[in-house]
Amino acid sequence: MSAVDRSRLPRPGPEPGFTFPVADRQRLGNGLSLATVQRPGLPMVSVVLVLPAGSAVDPAALPGLASMTADMLDEGTGDRSAIQMQEALARIGAELDTETGPDAVVLSLSLLARFVPQGLQLLADIAVRPRLGAPDVERVRTLRTNRLRQLRDVPGVNAEAVFARALYGSHPYGHLSIGSSGSLATMGHADVSAFHRRHYGPSSATLIAVGAIDGTAFTRQAEDAFGSWQRLADAPPAAAGPSGGMDGGPAGAQPSPRLLLVDRPGAAQTELRIGHVGAPRTTSDFHALMLLNAVLGGHFSSRLNLNLRERKGYTYGVRSAFDFRKMAGPFSVQTSVQTDATADAVAEVLTELRDIGGVRPPGEDERSLSVATLTKGYPRNFETSGQVARGLAQLAVYGLPDDTFDIFAPRIRALAADDVTRAAGRHIHAERAVVVAVGDCSRVRGALEAAGLGEAAIVTADL
Amino acid sequence: MWRVSQYDARERQYTPKRIAVPTSGLDIPFRKHVLDNGLQVVIHEDRSCPIVAVNVWYHVGSKNEVPGRTGFAHLFEHLMFEGSAHHASGYFEPLQHAGGTLNGSTNPDRTNYWEVVPSNALELALWMESDRMGFLLPALTDEKFHNQRDVVLNERRQTYENRPYGMAGLAMIDALFPEGHPYHWATIGSPDDLRAATADDVRAFFRRYYHPANASLAIAGDVDGDRALALAAAYFGEIPAGEPPDAVAPAPPHARPSRRVVEDRVELPRLFLGWLSPATYADGDAELDLLADVLATGKASRLYRALVYERRVATDVSAYQGSRELGSAFQVVATAVPGVGLGVLEAAIHEEIARVREADLSEDELDRARALTETAFVSRLQSVGGFGGKSDQLNHYNVFLGDPGYFSRDLERYRNAGRARVRAAAEAHLASGQCVTLSAVPLGQRALAAPDSELVVMR
Repeated sequence: MSAVDRSRLPRPGPEPGFTFPVADRQRLGNGLSLATVQRPGLPMVSVVLVLPAGSAVDPAALPGLASMTADMLDEGTGDRSAIQMQEALARIGAELDTETGPDAVVLSLSLLARFVPQGLQLLADIAVRPRLGAPDVERVRTLRTNRLRQLRDVPGVNAEAVFARALYGSHPYGHLSIGSSGSLATMGHADVSAFHRRHYGPSSATLIAVGAIDGTAFTRQAEDAFGSWQRLADAPPAAAGPSGGMDGGPAGAQPSPRLLLVDRPGAAQTELRIGHVGAPRTTSDFHALMLLNAVLGGHFSSRLNLNLRERKGYTYGVRSAFDFRKMAGPFSVQTSVQTDATADAVAEVLTELRDIGGVRPPGEDERSLSVATLTKGYPRNFETSGQVARGLAQLAVYGLPDDTFDIFAPRIRALAADDVTRAAGRHIHAERAVVVAVGDCSRVRGALEAAGLGEAAIVTADL
Repeated sequence: MWRVSQYDARERQYTPKRIAVPTSGLDIPFRKHVLDNGLQVVIHEDRSCPIVAVNVWYHVGSKNEVPGRTGFAHLFEHLMFEGSAHHASGYFEPLQHAGGTLNGSTNPDRTNYWEVVPSNALELALWMESDRMGFLLPALTDEKFHNQRDVVLNERRQTYENRPYGMAGLAMIDALFPEGHPYHWATIGSPDDLRAATADDVRAFFRRYYHPANASLAIAGDVDGDRALALAAAYFGEIPAGEPPDAVAPAPPHARPSRRVVEDRVELPRLFLGWLSPATYADGDAELDLLADVLATGKASRLYRALVYERRVATDVSAYQGSRELGSAFQVVATAVPGVGLGVLEAAIHEEIARVREADLSEDELDRARALTETAFVSRLQSVGGFGGKSDQLNHYNVFLGDPGYFSRDLERYRNAGRARVRAAAEAHLASGQCVTLSAVPLGQRALAAPDSELVVMR
């Protein structure tokens, strides 16, 4: 091989193709949906059970009930105590991962292939027949209360809680899934049992397996484990936002106050959330918003990070995101900045939000970099069985078609510069962005108020 | 995360552990070649996803620093992303343009850098990785240096100063490894030292540690092995060989372990117990790793069961063998429930460990720890790149053991760690008299600390 030419960067060859694997889809007699993707290679299977029982269906008076219920699932079943249940999982080398999001509960197990039948039996015990006994609920409630106490010390959690409340108020997205100590204090085991009875049924759930297993075998094993799961008497109620809001989010009025501070005397940094209600996963602007956000704050070389980190050195990192949910989720800029740069950092963020839909629309270079970032690296999002299983779970939660991942890159590439600018005009609104700052009020309040955000409301997160 | 330098004192991304009993034939097939300039090249083919990983380890970390310049290895790592002679601007942009992702991290023993790119962009990754290995300094400017120093100071604020129990983590490192030990300071360094660093320090550090003879390159993924090797030779072969740096020697352990307390902005007090333990891959390392699972992984583990489930004196408990090149630390960390002092937790933890030492360790609980380990081991084979992916593992084994193919023997270590050996390791290394004890308590509540603790103030 001849000497390396260092006068220019090598240009990549033709792009390798990508298609998302086709899932073998089945449905059990009780309505449970199954999806299997067989992948050769490692003797492992990722199993995921996804249910529409997330924090958006928390009763208004009991925020945190969905998450509490999910937490209780592996605390014993039938005559098996919580400890015996955990021993049984550990014996097959499995750790249950439970995640309660706003729209869904996702239960995941990574299983060695030879343990799949036992793993499915345990998962069925967990999801379908949890004991939910009063003493166990009481014990877990105390643990969660203490966990909430600890979270009060975490700046990011305070910022998230205040931000959600400011954007959504009493809307189902107005609280964190962990809930609050006030709510926990009144939550009893009857509430947990009732929530489980109402929201855990087969016909709205999806069971997914990806890895060293074929669809026929998985369907048979799933039938053995989950076939006796009874349908719910009533269809589970879906979360509903107040009427008149955009895409199910609260109406897009000028919020008041715009500036909310959580005091943390002596804090070395200020934790920031800046944004407003965004758009739902099913918006027709989804791809344009993905690209827009990439330019703005979706990767290392985005406007926000290059400005606040690489030019100003205010922060270790900053990012923006549209949190796409069933209903319109939040759009937010998230960062933690050194205290004395707080007001400057907020001003820079607001300028970036304003400019991208106005005087400084995405340039061709930025657009092509972000298109490349989103599309050329796309296959790497589906390298592992767990990643493919989570992809299938997303399709189930949002009711998306099977070709969702296949059309992603072509759709992004097909966007014209105008599409992105128009999406910015429709979906990013600097003038009504809420600013939440968790930091040392005595050092940041004056400068923030002077920046034209109006009078600050000093608040506490309801944790 | 795409933030550069996700650096984690506990290195959660990759703990070299975990085994198989019945699963056999698991390994990472590879070939290894040493270039004339001393660069070790390890290649692994995996054509299942159209991506390829490039991973470089430099055998330098914060252990190579000197007092007064702590935090330097990590600050230097940041500068590696800011440009090199033939591409003098940021490293993210061109690689992202090709659909790649990249990052790096620093710990006491080593610094790693990686890219994962679509398989058509392998040459780009090699070009860039080789340019900063061979030609970093001409692109270094004072402006970049000062900017990244500010970024690192903010990383420290975010990771330690403004995070609950963050300063306790730093205090634990200080207490575990005595003055004069190369692990005595945290990889993030002290703010004063970071501010005292100069661009000249950068130049000297680069010349001493960043050259082929102190590095290992792994390429893993969708690429033909012959082609990968030829490309590695072409891009890296022209970089001049350097002098392998001298090995760093560990200081002897402290004579008398300390009992300390720090006050922090926290709601609940947390206890940190630590013992100096065998170095990574030494006898006892895998045994203590398994013991950590027996003690505190999952709700059926001993300490969870005793402290959280039954006695309800703690809200959480964890244990781990933090394996390191010069010597490790075994740690148990537990948070008390409101109203319970850390002395209660301290006594209960020592009691449980004493029971293990005194033969009360069942085959069943060890089997469970082994099963969890096997799952984790197999899971590690799923990704070619990134922290803990196959390319990172090949370099890990190559740098610390000289054998990239150690994966299956690593499994064997756990398979061979039976009850007697786990007990013996606990006996040899986890005596209560040799334990470093640190209490982190809410401001003004020193009474909650473990008894006879001395107040220390971290900054």
